[in-house]
Amino acid sequence: MSGGEALLEVTDVATWFDTDRGLVHAVDGVSFELERGRTLGIVGESGSGKTVLARSIMGLLPKKDVVRRGSIRFEGVEIGQATPKQMRKYWGTSMAMVFQDPMTALNPVMKIGQQITESINTHLDVTRAFARELAVSLLESVRVPDPERRMGEYPHQLSGGLRQRVCIAVALACGPQLLLADEPTTALDVTVQAQVLDVLEAQQRERFMALLLVTHDLGVVAGRTDEVLVMYAGQVVEKASTATLFSDMKMPYTEALLESIPKVTEPSHTRLAAIPGRPPDLVDPPQGCRFAARCAYVQDRCHEEQPPLRPGLTPGHEFRCWFPVGTPEGAEALARNRAVAATPGEAP
Amino acid sequence: MPEPEGDPLRSLVSEATRGTPVDAGTIEIAAVGTVPSRRRRRRHLGFAAWLSIAWMTLVVGLAILAPVLPLDDPRASITDIARRGPFADAGSAPGHLLGGDFNGRDMLSRLIWGGRTTLVICTVAVAIGFVLGGILGLLGGYFRGKVDVVVSVLLDVFLAIPAVILALALVTILRTQPGTHGGGLDPEVALILALGLVSIPVLGRITRASTLSWSEREFVLAARAQGAKHRRIIWREVLPNVLPAMMSIALLGIAVAIVAEGTLAILGASVETDTPAWGNMIAVGRPYLQRAPHIIFEPALMIFFTVLALNMLGDVVRARFDVQESGL
Repeated sequence: MSGGEALLEVTDVATWFDTDRGLVHAVDGVSFELERGRTLGIVGESGSGKTVLARSIMGLLPKKDVVRRGSIRFEGVEIGQATPKQMRKYWGTSMAMVFQDPMTALNPVMKIGQQITESINTHLDVTRAFARELAVSLLESVRVPDPERRMGEYPHQLSGGLRQRVCIAVALACGPQLLLADEPTTALDVTVQAQVLDVLEAQQRERFMALLLVTHDLGVVAGRTDEVLVMYAGQVVEKASTATLFSDMKMPYTEALLESIPKVTEPSHTRLAAIPGRPPDLVDPPQGCRFAARCAYVQDRCHEEQPPLRPGLTPGHEFRCWFPVGTPEGAEALARNRAVAATPGEAP
Repeated sequence: MPEPEGDPLRSLVSEATRGTPVDAGTIEIAAVGTVPSRRRRRRHLGFAAWLSIAWMTLVVGLAILAPVLPLDDPRASITDIARRGPFADAGSAPGHLLGGDFNGRDMLSRLIWGGRTTLVICTVAVAIGFVLGGILGLLGGYFRGKVDVVVSVLLDVFLAIPAVILALALVTILRTQPGTHGGGLDPEVALILALGLVSIPVLGRITRASTLSWSEREFVLAARAQGAKHRRIIWREVLPNVLPAMMSIALLGIAVAIVAEGTLAILGASVETDTPAWGNMIAVGRPYLQRAPHIIFEPALMIFFTVLALNMLGDVVRARFDVQESGL
């Protein structure tokens, strides 16, 4: 985009799982670029393929029964088909990952200090004392109070928020250039979610890392990302800079996601807007638009022809819809559907 | 459980403890009242557990100290006390608390020396199973795929052969035949190898199962994502978590091995007949069951209490391990 080579270039990546029921198209043709110092949010509901996408980039998927297509370039080097052995030199030092549940991402029988120094000692040729010092300063930088004492404690002695900070400290230990955070706040109390996100943001700025923030919460993405990728059923359905996405969203799915966030200004007992239905079966995805079955704007064409990713007015804005939100066609489609729903006797 | 404000129980508690600072834990326990919290119960070892620890300390302590204790020679016959029961009244030589066996050998001395033999044989045997079975189980459970197939088949094959028959065959093949010179091993060593080999599949299976589930945990993936090598993950991440399960089974394994030594002794495949070992003492004392039952019952009781204690301790270890799990 803004000249120079992106740190991470993902082109047409697909990840399929070979199951008894057939090929599951968990990720299907995803492309994006991510530069140093930028944050990309990947948003979608459960099963939309966002976690699989993150793990595909890390190369952390099992090799058995997994089909990987497309190209992933990290610092210009192709790693799309790299084996774990080849990936090991990237893990920890070039790219690192923060997992969803800090309750299970830390070893219950290992002290916090050890868990951090472990990876320092793996990658860096430093003395034990120095590794310890480094670990303490890492804990300090992720705002763990009293880090010296925490070093000697076990995970079960820490709260969820503190554990997630420790996980972030572990991930940052060897100075990765790309940090993948897979739903880092989903398992946390609402009260500490913002704190953990602040820590991530601060560290990303300080270290000029690229951050890939996977979440199902548009609210998380709103204030903290430069660009957002909305995923549905394994595909990118809308891609835009964060500001554009929220001011000028084109994809009905994005709109529906945003509407499903409860608003404080509404009177109490307002019915929450939910997206009806469930995501499609990824073994046998529908031939038309994958969101068609749940879409408020749906027309006949949506069921027959899959919309391509097409550019919006703002550069870098792309979406996958025949009847986009905020356009005359979209308004017309919506009006038509509402009229049909209001007429009794018509097909449901 | 959150108590509503103004809950009568809580106000009662605060009434009772007015003036003294109470922490939340105390209030909760008071509020729960009759039901002791699971956590509290687990933290403290029960009476039975302490009794087991005391018994094992006594038995192991005596076994270790046997050479320095003022005991009679366990092989020397004292004709006076032959077949005399414990605390025998008239005629028994003083100083032979538990009586003598059919040859007039001091039972107390033989029980202590026998415990030494039995415990050494069984512990070392299980240690062999612990190390070899542990390695196999860790490799199979962690790497899965082909490695696991090989490991599982190996363990299953061993498990399918009746353990006593396998051990019997091994002892018979390995040890020096009575009357012949050289060629074989000491009966003690043969017994250790046989029982060790038999315990490999048991420990291997448990380790494999436990490793399978621990390897699935996210922290293993997290360690991998930090670039840790397989060896390091197995050694540092998986093994410490699998160890409690292995320890628990190893304690049971020692108990089973003690019983197995007895079984083999009756089949004539234990240590040599005059060497004291609990199972062996029962085996050679069999003909005197009616006339001098103490010759059999004393070692049998030793086996009984020791096996019981080891089983208890195995449970204690497992309970501790559960605390770790719930602490997650």
